[in-house]
Amino acid sequence: MNKEWPLWEVFIRSRQGLDHKHAGSLHAADAAMAIENARDVYTRRMEGVSIWVVESKHIHASNPDDAGALYDPANDKAYRHPTFYDLPDELKHM
Amino acid sequence: MEINLEKHFQDTVDAEIKIEPKDWMPEKYRQTLLRQISQHAHSEIVGMLPEANWITRAPSLRRKAILLAKVQDEAGHGLYLYSSAETLGISREEMYDQLHTGKAKYSSIFNYPTITWADMGAIGWLVDGAAIMNQVPLCRASYGPYARAMVRICKEESFHQRQGFELLLTLSKGNEAQKRMCQDAINRWWWPSIMMFGPPDDESPNTLQSVKWKIKRFTNDELRQKFVDVSAEQVKLLGMVLPDKNLVWNEARGHYDFGAIDWNEFWNVVKGNGPCNKQRLETRKKAWEDGAWVREAAMAYAEKKKEKNVKAA
Repeated sequence: MNKEWPLWEVFIRSRQGLDHKHAGSLHAADAAMAIENARDVYTRRMEGVSIWVVESKHIHASNPDDAGALYDPANDKAYRHPTFYDLPDELKHM
Repeated sequence: MEINLEKHFQDTVDAEIKIEPKDWMPEKYRQTLLRQISQHAHSEIVGMLPEANWITRAPSLRRKAILLAKVQDEAGHGLYLYSSAETLGISREEMYDQLHTGKAKYSSIFNYPTITWADMGAIGWLVDGAAIMNQVPLCRASYGPYARAMVRICKEESFHQRQGFELLLTLSKGNEAQKRMCQDAINRWWWPSIMMFGPPDDESPNTLQSVKWKIKRFTNDELRQKFVDVSAEQVKLLGMVLPDKNLVWNEARGHYDFGAIDWNEFWNVVKGNGPCNKQRLETRKKAWEDGAWVREAAMAYAEKKKEKNVKAA
């Protein structure tokens, strides 16, 4: 048998109250090993309080070539931002 | 169409916007990155060997714990870099294969032997110091995954250099034999360290393109000069000297002048004839081969467990 360990993506919560953030990837035989390896590779200096791992093949990504069409609906809607509205300076607490 | 893509790519790079794995990139850019990142990863992995040589013989528990942590960091750095190279479409196995067959290179510095304890200090101060000089600008490299790996590495690398300098400082305050050992290590590691920046600019045809693509930010000679200037001052704190009688401050240039580098030695080591090339590669291959049964057993166990879960469900 000559099978490479699958690739896993690692997400780390650095502090309680923050999101898990992508840290990088690594190879491991299974999820338990991926978490242990992630601890050794990505948290040697207490960078995390929680680790997520997911096999890379399960990640689906948008295509950068489609970015134009994909984000187009948000392009011309400046009125979604508070700065769009022209209000008198005297108006307070808003 | 092709021309437009190239122009769009260069405009993106010029605007300091990072290139990410799924973005279009020139094939030559991809290959240049692959070569550079995998070579760097291999250097971290092989770089563990000269230091591992001293772990069991560290003079105190403190020094041993430090050296262990440093070597573990190097394994980590290798892994960050391998996974960033994998985003360019090469498999881990392929990279290992290139290392083990000698197709891919690693930094020549690791083909020198570590014959005394002071070498652990000289490696930290000079070899890691030169590496940091090289690596800090790479944190701004145009390829996102590479730049992110380098940020992580640079954060961790600083302790490597500081522990090395501290080690040498301790020896420099010791007895005569310890002082001699300190100077001897500096003598042996100085020239190979300044060779680490690579061939001089006029013999490094790829540098220009790499600078244009913002993979590199400075040329080999620029970084080398910076390293010489910094080291020439630092060595004074050790009460030691750098082994170069031509090293002298040049007021007009605002830099230290230094002696000619023996590029024959450099190319000789690159070509495989350094003192430890064969030993390093053999040790690395043996570690990989001896670990094969562990990798296979772990995979077999994982698959068996998965089957069991499927049946149970």
